[in-house]
Amino acid sequence: MLRALAARLKQGQRTLSYPKGTPTLPDRFRGRPETDFSRCDAGCAARLKDCPTGAVVETDGHRRLDLGRCLFCADCAAACPHGAVRFTAEHKLAAWSREDLVLPGTEPKIRPDDPKFRKIARSLQIRVVSAGGCNACEADINVLSTIVFDLSRFGISVVASPRHADALIVAGPVPRNMRLALEKTYRALPAPRIVIAVGACAISGGPYAGHEEVCGGAAAVVPVDLYIPGCPPHPLTILDGLLKLTGRL
Amino acid sequence: MSRSSLRLQNGERAELKDVPLLSLREFHGDLLCDIRQGGRLASLFGHPVGDGVRLFAVTAHGDTGELSVSSADAGDSYPSLTPDCPQAHWFEREIAEQWGARPEGHPWLKPIRFHRPYRGGLPSDGGPLPAGVTDYFQVQGDGIHEVAVGPVHAGVIEPGHFRFQCHGEDVFHLEISLGYQHRGIERALVGGPGPRSIHLMETAAGDTSVAHATAYSWAIEALSNRRSPARGSVLRGIALELERLANHTGDLGALGGDVGFLPTASFCGRLRGDFLNLTALACGSRFGRGWMRPGGAAFDLEAPRAAELLERLGQAMSDVGNAVGMLLGSPSVLARFEETGVVSKASAEALGLVGVAARACGLERDVRFEFPAGIFRMTHIPVSTWESGDVFARAQVRWLEIQRSAAFIAEQLVALPEGPIRSEPAAGLEPESLAVAMVEGWRGEVCHVALTDAAGRLARYKVVDPSFHNWMGLALALRDQQISDFPLCNKSFSLSYCGHDL
Ligand code: SF4
Repeated sequence: MLRALAARLKQGQRTLSYPKGTPTLPDRFRGRPETDFSRCDAGCAARLKDCPTGAVVETDGHRRLDLGRCLFCADCAAACPHGAVRFTAEHKLAAWSREDLVLPGTEPKIRPDDPKFRKIARSLQIRVVSAGGCNACEADINVLSTIVFDLSRFGISVVASPRHADALIVAGPVPRNMRLALEKTYRALPAPRIVIAVGACAISGGPYAGHEEVCGGAAAVVPVDLYIPGCPPHPLTILDGLLKLTGRL
Repeated sequence: MSRSSLRLQNGERAELKDVPLLSLREFHGDLLCDIRQGGRLASLFGHPVGDGVRLFAVTAHGDTGELSVSSADAGDSYPSLTPDCPQAHWFEREIAEQWGARPEGHPWLKPIRFHRPYRGGLPSDGGPLPAGVTDYFQVQGDGIHEVAVGPVHAGVIEPGHFRFQCHGEDVFHLEISLGYQHRGIERALVGGPGPRSIHLMETAAGDTSVAHATAYSWAIEALSNRRSPARGSVLRGIALELERLANHTGDLGALGGDVGFLPTASFCGRLRGDFLNLTALACGSRFGRGWMRPGGAAFDLEAPRAAELLERLGQAMSDVGNAVGMLLGSPSVLARFEETGVVSKASAEALGLVGVAARACGLERDVRFEFPAGIFRMTHIPVSTWESGDVFARAQVRWLEIQRSAAFIAEQLVALPEGPIRSEPAAGLEPESLAVAMVEGWRGEVCHVALTDAAGRLARYKVVDPSFHNWMGLALALRDQQISDFPLCNKSFSLSYCGHDL
């Protein structure tokens, strides 16, 4: 007992004050990219094909960066001599629709006014399903329950049974072999259900997009309400998304 | 070692024409001879040649530090190696599933990932296979009941299906059925390297990004006669050991959690993150994404950054020592860890277990020591073993490794060689070649084998995650245990679903 108390003293108080204070992220952290494709010249089109997920898309002569596909590898920023893409330290990336993830975009939207979001303001119970996730998204969701992030102080917790859950988090590109299990888990949630896609894989298939072994993300199987991009998203990025969902941010 | 096979060092290239093509009989005989002499199967896989399938075997000889490679043509079927060599069992199931080559006499021939064979069409031809539907082993008799768990589990973990044959609380047998995470990685690597290849490697098992990306980089370097400069090699070593620190610390905390020992569970939960943040200090990603690349490392540790890393490492290690000391010094914890989930040394050897699971049975298996490459040629990390083969041994080996990895990193950080961190890009891959690259990831041996075609493209890329060898070890550990000890045993192995399913 005394040993445990001494250890507790040594280990100290570790919970972040987030969202009041945001901890400094490492200088090499790659958060929300800033794009200025007006700087591109004719040679740039050739470099587009080097993006591993085809996240830099060109439609009607307009170039845009799809955060839902981006792996935040920053290869494009390194390859571009004109500085058309620059990664910032901004960790807030969550979006309410797939279109809002495409940069340059409009101003960040606020939460859609759906009654199902109102009921979770004080208490949000989440069931997480890994469907082809590589265990990085899973790990950074799990870490939210540690003393550092202490998710439960926001009234949010991760639950074991879908019957106890208000929302479903999906991680991974949803392999065909997981399709049925994901559908069944979704249906086991009491309605109205909320679905959150965490990570590039769950949003767009990520590096597995186009593989015939996968469905290409959560939206192919269940309707998605909130998208949290990244590969994997930083825990603060996920936390920011969850707090937006509950209306705390 | 049999005379007829080709010998290679870890990270070396050979021409495909120098890989001996044996008759099935010789292939079989040579492999058994190698295994009897202490070798073990690092990889065994099929590769389509013409209408048929060619089998390639890579045997690892820890005593000499050599790898031997041989091949043989199998048609639609071939005599199974498994009855004589149990460690081939999972490989042969994979070969049957991927290429439709049936190992005659295999005692346990079932799908491992539930996809249709690649030979003669795409996996989607004929529609999807229902995952997890197979004929499970069943025990019958008075009071016997079956417990089925998964694919979706209670915690935030990956999917897999477990079937227990129980008598009351006692488990007679556990059967593990995977494949829910199958994303088609090996198939997608063929024709590469392409812009996505390294990302498939970094996400093959996302908690092992550094080890898989390093193995891939080594394989590509071997095939393109490229090398990492000395500084890049040291950075790779540091990245690999940071990955081990984070995962081992997290696992020790989770083991505490599984026996209700909450102080260590919560301290280690935080400390694991501190180690991940050290990796992020180096490369911006907590999982080392983007750090390891063919040719070396993509991010340097300049002097101030190295100094900060060293200081923060020291602080974290002091707290880890405190947290783990409490765990392994508590009689109530030891009572739950000791003699739970025992795997004998003989079983570990027969099944070809690797990594922590093997070392916890007293086997001195560690790629860093047996097949050193890169920085591990210069600096040796002592192999950490324990004899008892139980949950305690797997915890104790982790704790020993944490201390040794931290000492290694500290030593390297103050003696980083000068110079570049990455070599100039190479023109392309050598055609008609084969390379083997092995890395001791935190779970154990990561083995990649790459074959190129006449145009220097990847014709086959075989990935073996340590979990591939070790899932059967978990099944054995559960025999005659209480079913309530499953979470504890499972955590003590801490295997990867996606690394297995690919
Ligand atoms: S950072 Fe994103 S957009 Fe840029 S190359 Fe990488 S995946 Fe593509």
